[in-house]
Amino acid sequence: MATSETLFGVHGDALALRSQRLALLASNIANASTPGYKARDIDFGKALEMAQSGSSADDAVDATVGYRVPLQTSMDGNTVELSTEQTMFAENAVQYRTTLSFLNGRINTLMTAIKGE
Amino acid sequence: MSSPLSVFDIAGRAMSAQMVRLNTTASNLANAGSVSGSKDTAFKALRPVFKTVSEGEGIATVQVSSILTSQDEAVKKHMPDHPLADANGDVWEANVDSAAEMVDMLETARAYQNNVQVMQTAKSLTLDTLRLGK
Repeated sequence: MATSETLFGVHGDALALRSQRLALLASNIANASTPGYKARDIDFGKALEMAQSGSSADDAVDATVGYRVPLQTSMDGNTVELSTEQTMFAENAVQYRTTLSFLNGRINTLMTAIKGE
Repeated sequence: MSSPLSVFDIAGRAMSAQMVRLNTTASNLANAGSVSGSKDTAFKALRPVFKTVSEGEGIATVQVSSILTSQDEAVKKHMPDHPLADANGDVWEANVDSAAEMVDMLETARAYQNNVQVMQTAKSLTLDTLRLGK
């Protein structure tokens, strides 16, 4: 891990966490009409901190996952609010892309240095 | 990702579940207004039961655990001229609420579209990740 950390900095961990959060938000959207389902999300800042201090992305997600507090409760006990989930999902997708472009920049810099052109 | 359920599995299985729901709605609507000679043989509305399938912390998809028939009673109608009418001249109409089924259909279509959108986003992100460094 030590080499990849210096290579990609915070972005390697961020990409792993973003991908985990994508699956988490996809789960919420998939269960939008399941009675009794409770929407969940991670505290990204805390998870990234944990991943930075050496724990794996999985452990960081497990430790920081929590239930979403709905704006309005529904009769069937489902706490998925599609507007919220879709916004979060779109936001997370954009942030994933941002992380990808940071990584691309880092890789391009390295390639330039290696080739010496 | 360590979880065996990928975003594609999650959205794909949710789409399958919504498809089952759409099929039951179609069956119910197709049989709305159909009549029968007795209370027991009258068509009963079908209801899919959704159940969460969990896989690890927070990662979950959905499946149809069973399809139940509605417990609402068939509607009795007095139609002595009907060929299926019983001794009292009654026929039994399916217990389908057309308006409720239409609303359910719209909700199902929305949910399905949402999952398609999730899958498209996941696909484009995965492809972008594959192109990393090129």
